[in-house]
Amino acid sequence: MPAMTMVQAINSALDVMLSEDPDVLVFGEDVGFFGGVFRCTQGLQGKYGKRRVFDTPIAEAGIVATAVGMGAYGLRPVVEIQFADYIYPATDQLISEAARLRYRSGGEFTAPLTVRTPYGGGIFGGQTHSQSPEAIFAHVCGLKTVIPSNPYDAKGLLISAIEDDDPVIFLEPKRLYHGPFDGHHDRPVRPWGDDPRAQVPDGHYRVPLGQAAVVRPGADVTILAYGTMVHVALAAVEESGIDAEVIDLRTIMPVDMETITASVKKTGRCVVVHEATRTGGFGGELAALVQEACFYHLEAPVQRVTGWDTPYPHALEWHYFPGPARVAASLARVMED
Amino acid sequence: MTDAPRNLPRLALYIPEPARRPGDAPDFSGLAIPEPGALPRPDIDAPAEATRELAYGLIRVLDGDGRAVGPWDPRLDPQTLRRGLRAMVLTRAYDERMVRAQRQGKTSFYMKCTGEEAVAVAQALALNREDMCFPTYRQQGLLVARDWPLADMMCQVYSNAGDRLKGRQMPVFYSSKEAGFFSISGNLGTQYSQAVGWAMASAYKGDDRIAAAWVGDGATAEGDFHHALTFASVYRAPVVLNVVNNQWAISSFQGIAGGEATTFAARGLGFGMPALRVDGNDFLAVYAATRWAADRARTNGGPTLIELFTYRASAHSTSDDPSKYRPAGEESLWPLGDPIDRLRDHLVAIGEWSAERHAALEEEMREEVRRAGQEAEALGTLGTGPAHSPATMFDDVFKEMPWHLRRQRQELGV
Repeated sequence: MPAMTMVQAINSALDVMLSEDPDVLVFGEDVGFFGGVFRCTQGLQGKYGKRRVFDTPIAEAGIVATAVGMGAYGLRPVVEIQFADYIYPATDQLISEAARLRYRSGGEFTAPLTVRTPYGGGIFGGQTHSQSPEAIFAHVCGLKTVIPSNPYDAKGLLISAIEDDDPVIFLEPKRLYHGPFDGHHDRPVRPWGDDPRAQVPDGHYRVPLGQAAVVRPGADVTILAYGTMVHVALAAVEESGIDAEVIDLRTIMPVDMETITASVKKTGRCVVVHEATRTGGFGGELAALVQEACFYHLEAPVQRVTGWDTPYPHALEWHYFPGPARVAASLARVMED
Repeated sequence: MTDAPRNLPRLALYIPEPARRPGDAPDFSGLAIPEPGALPRPDIDAPAEATRELAYGLIRVLDGDGRAVGPWDPRLDPQTLRRGLRAMVLTRAYDERMVRAQRQGKTSFYMKCTGEEAVAVAQALALNREDMCFPTYRQQGLLVARDWPLADMMCQVYSNAGDRLKGRQMPVFYSSKEAGFFSISGNLGTQYSQAVGWAMASAYKGDDRIAAAWVGDGATAEGDFHHALTFASVYRAPVVLNVVNNQWAISSFQGIAGGEATTFAARGLGFGMPALRVDGNDFLAVYAATRWAADRARTNGGPTLIELFTYRASAHSTSDDPSKYRPAGEESLWPLGDPIDRLRDHLVAIGEWSAERHAALEEEMREEVRRAGQEAEALGTLGTGPAHSPATMFDDVFKEMPWHLRRQRQELGV
C-alpha cells in the first residue's frame, strides 16, 4: 500500500471517482490545467480530459449554482472553492438552494454535489486564508459537513461524500495537506511519510459518513475534536499524562452521538476542541448534546478550547491557534472539577 | 484638506424615479414604440454584435390591425395559434379563480401573471417539452401550456393532501420534473445560473435537450444574473436566458434595477451573447424570438439573452396594493396592449376565429378551472380538510433520515 500525503489521497479519491462514474465532473478556480493551487487536482485534466476536469471563472456562487443545475440534471459534480474563507459568495446557493432542493421539491430534484474547500489556520494565512466556517454549514438543514484529519480518512470520506446523494461540504484542513501538525510550530514540520494513517489503498474504498473514530482510547476524559485539532489533542494528552479518550468526529453533521455518548458516559468528563471562534461555534452544539445525553454521568462542566472570538490574526497566529498547551490546561482543569 | 475655492459644481446623488405616481394621470407618451416588422431577422449563427439593433430595438410582429408583418413572423399554423390562445385564456381564468380562493381564505397567498401570459405560453410552445425550464414564480403559463393538470397546481396552492410538495412550499412555488418545470425557490435569481449548469450537463452528456431560464427586471440586479451570463458565455451553454421586463419589481420601477441607462437585452452584448428585445405582449414575436434562441442553442450556437418587454398588469401578489406606488388604471393604457386580445384579433383577422368562438372559449376555460377547483378542493384547502401528516415534515431533508431528525419527529409525537 503506498504512502500518500493528504493532497495525494484527495487526488486519488477524485481519480477513482472520475474513472468509475462518468457523471462525476470536477471543476473550480485553477483546478483544470494547473491542477489546483494546492495540487489536489494535479494530472486529472490530462487523464480525463477538459470536459471532465475544468477551470471556472472566479465566481464562487456561479460554481456552486452550475453544480446545483448539473445535479438536477443527474450529474455528480465535485467542485472546489479555493479557500473556505471565500465560500461566502456561494452561501445563498448552498443554504437556500442545494440544501433545500430535495425538501422543497418533494424529492423530485436533488443536489448530489460535493464542495471541497481547504480550511483552517496554522499557516500564517491571516484573516482570509485561515477560517473555519463549519458551524455555519452545520446549522443548515439539508447539508452534510465532513472534515478529515489524515490521508486515509480523507480519501475514504471524499469517496463517500461524492457517492452520497445529499450535498456535502468537504472541509480539508490545509495545515494537514503535507503532514500531521500538533500545534508545536516551533518544531520542524513532519511529512506524512511512513505515518500509518498515510497508508492509503490505490483503489476504491469508503470511510462512512456520520461515523466518528476513537483515535486514542482513554478512561479519564473525552476529547471531541476534528481536523488539525485531532493532532493537537493527541499531543496535549501525551504531554499532560492524563488518560484522555480522543474522538475524531470526521463528520460534523450528522454527528455520531452514539460514539460520543458511549465515551462520555465512560469517562464522565468532556473537552471540546476546535479552531473556529467560540461563540456560535460547533463546540456549543457538542456541549449541549453531551449535556443532554450524559448529564447524570458528568463529573465536571464540559470545557471548550477554541479560537478566540476575533478575526483570525496574522502576526499573532500562535496566540490565537488553540495549541497543545491550551488543550492541556483545559484537561487539567476538567480533571480538578 | 484645503479651503481653496473650486469652480466645480458640488456632487449630487441621482435617484431614479418613475414618470408617474399615484394621483398622476397614466401617460406612456414618452415610451418609444417601434413599428412592427421593422427589425431584421439574422441567421441563428449570427455573432453577438450582429444583434445590436435587436438588443436596443423591439422585435414586433403583430400590427395594430392584427396582421403579422416582417421577417420575424413565425408563420404558425392556425391550430398552434388557437392552442396558444387557449392556454393564455386558461392561465388567466386560473389566476382569477386562485385570487378569489385566496380572498376566501382557502390559501394564504397567490401571484397572478396577468398581462404576461404570452411570455410563458408562447415560449413553452416554442421549446420542446423535454427542455428544462427554470422559471420564476410568474411563469405558471409554462405548466398550463404543457397541459399540466390544473388540479395538481391547485393542490400545491392549497397545500392539501394532493400537494406533491406536501405543504412545504408557499403557494405558486410549483415543481414538476415531468413537465420540465424546475422547483421554484423564493430566493430571486438563483435558478438563472442553475439553468446554465443544467444546460452544461446536457451538453456534456451529448443530449439534445436545452435549458431555459426566467428572471424579472428587478432580479437582474442579483449577482446570479451576472454569474449566469458569464458561465453561459464562457462554456457556450445551450440555454435561453429570458428577462421578463414587466416594468415593476413590487413597488420599484425598472429604473431602479438599472433600466434607465440601457435595455436589459443589451446586457447580453457585453457578455458576447446575442440579445433580442421583444414585444412581450405579441405572441408571435415572443414565439419567434424564443424559437430563434432555442434553435441556436440546439445547434451548439450557445446562449441567447431575450428581454420580454411587457407590463405587470396586476398587483405583485395578493399581499400587494399597486395603487400605493403607481397611477391607477395604468395597465389598461399600456401601449403594447393585452397579449390575449392581440392574438385573438390576429386570429379573427386571418379568418380563423370569431367573437362568438372567443366568448365560448372563455366560458369553456372558466368551466375547466371550476372542474379542476372541485377536484382539488375535495382534497382540502389550507387548514381545512385532509392534509399531509406532520410526520412528513421530517422527510426529504436528507435522502435518509438521520438520528437527530428521527428524534425530533418523536418529540413532536407524530
